[in-house]
Amino acid sequence: MRFAVTIIAALVALLTAAATASAHPHVWITMTSEVIYAPDGSVTGIRHAWTFDDMFSTFAIQGLESKQKGVFTREELKPLAEVNVTSLKEYDFFTHAKAEGKKIEFVEPTDYHLEYKDQLLTLHFVLPLKSPVQAKALDLQIFDASYFVDFSFDEKAKPPAKLTGAPAQCQLTVGKPQEMDAKLAQQLSQLPPEARNSTPLIGAEYSNRLSVRCP
Amino acid sequence: MPLRRPPRRAFWTPGVVTAAILGMAIALILAPSALEALAQTGPFGAPRPQTAPPPSDGIVGWILAKQAEFSLAMRTMLRNAKADGSAVWGLLGLSFLYGVFHAAGPGHGKAVISSYVVANQETWRRGVVLSFASALLQAFVAVAFILVAAWLFNATMATMCTSERYIEIASYALIALIGLRLVWVKGRAFFNTARSLNRPLHAVGAAVTPNDHKHDHHHDHAHHDHKHHDHTHNHHHDHGHHHGHDHDHAHHHHHDDHASAWGHAHGPEPEDLAGPGGWRRGLSAIVAVGLRPCSGAILVLVFALAQGMLWAGVAATFVMGIGTAITVAAIATVAVLARDLAQGFASSRSGYGMLAMRGIETGAALVILAFGSLLLVGYLTSERLPLC
Repeated sequence: MRFAVTIIAALVALLTAAATASAHPHVWITMTSEVIYAPDGSVTGIRHAWTFDDMFSTFAIQGLESKQKGVFTREELKPLAEVNVTSLKEYDFFTHAKAEGKKIEFVEPTDYHLEYKDQLLTLHFVLPLKSPVQAKALDLQIFDASYFVDFSFDEKAKPPAKLTGAPAQCQLTVGKPQEMDAKLAQQLSQLPPEARNSTPLIGAEYSNRLSVRCP
Repeated sequence: MPLRRPPRRAFWTPGVVTAAILGMAIALILAPSALEALAQTGPFGAPRPQTAPPPSDGIVGWILAKQAEFSLAMRTMLRNAKADGSAVWGLLGLSFLYGVFHAAGPGHGKAVISSYVVANQETWRRGVVLSFASALLQAFVAVAFILVAAWLFNATMATMCTSERYIEIASYALIALIGLRLVWVKGRAFFNTARSLNRPLHAVGAAVTPNDHKHDHHHDHAHHDHKHHDHTHNHHHDHGHHHGHDHDHAHHHHHDDHASAWGHAHGPEPEDLAGPGGWRRGLSAIVAVGLRPCSGAILVLVFALAQGMLWAGVAATFVMGIGTAITVAAIATVAVLARDLAQGFASSRSGYGMLAMRGIETGAALVILAFGSLLLVGYLTSERLPLC
């Protein structure tokens, strides 16, 4: 009897370990993002470009008609882009943002289209903030809580993220906040004020976080 | 006089051990669904559980990174297999491993199958059969789905997703119905056992021959229901649960229970528990779990189709299904072992042990009902393809 108890306890432990690894991605997205500012220095939205992995790209273009085989124009991809963007709402656009620690909301994407290049599909869209926000600290993370989709910034893109129309003192960081904080403190202390809004700092590999600090 | 050793297992009284095992069994059954609940967001504005980003470092981050490599390797092999046929063997090997680990994730009927075998007093062998049958049906459905939708009709992603949603709804409704049916049957058995505890003679009988006891009580209370509890009858007629009706009369015609796919659940009668029963008895659980194709298989199949390697995709899907079946069967077996162990203790105790067993069965039935309902209303989502 004690043997049976031991066996069961061991199996339970094993399965708990397996459950930890349970959810795992089926779709991989590499992305570039842009934080868009209004002339008054408030953030109005995020411009995303999400490139799907080859398997999901293949799945997405399955059954689509095109004039030229293997080439899809923006118009031919329009209905698909519509489907993609409409479905995003259900997932809160996978974009989670905080301005000075407070959650900020997005509304339906605008200015969206799909692009098919090298057998990969890229979804371009602008995600407007519900109301523009002026913040000294803006933290952005793109993720799927169910981990069905894996998001990471495109390390090959130079840069994977940028600020558009931001006030001069704003500094963008790609990576984890804690690493960013230490690095940023050092960076800010060494740089002259006019040089701060340059290339973003790159943090951890496979990062899906952005931080903007406007001291 | 030699000194008698102190009773070593003083702490491990049957009661404590039973409680511990029940706890483990329940945790085991609930853990996947609870994890899913934690990990998933609820669409359609349903109240959503706390969401957290997946960790990118530590052991979990490492496992996730490995899984990404794994999937990439599978895709590369699928592509290579076109030029070099021997790459197919590598693909199949990877698919098998992928199936084993993949089944640890949501959407492969672990919770439903395990709860079902616990609630329905199934043996571990039946648990294994149910796991394999449902996993292979799932693989078959995925292949059939892609053959018809993508290959035959050249359907778009949007069309395929819409039909998958319908299949999903049917699958979740079936899970909820199985749960409802079992809650009705097992819940009644539980309350009947509870009532019988007030009658000492029956309780003593229970300690000696648990199976007979079950049988006795069943008949006993069937009578009870008919004579003194007409309202029970009325109640379920109001709700239109005609299967409940079948149950009431199960003693008379349960052998021709051709009426429905869930003909298995006609009361805890010993001859049914021991008898071969055939495929029909677990058919509802097999269909409920197997009906919904796995999103991972759909992606692999469409990718294989586009590479002109559909046959390799089909082979990979079935091998993946075998891997999945092994994991689900292992989990179901643990659930059955835990239940049997608890049952061992329970039968050595008078009436309350039997009550505990009926309690586990009812609890497992409630898990199925809750799981099916939550999936149906969208509070839980299970491996749903996004962007589509």
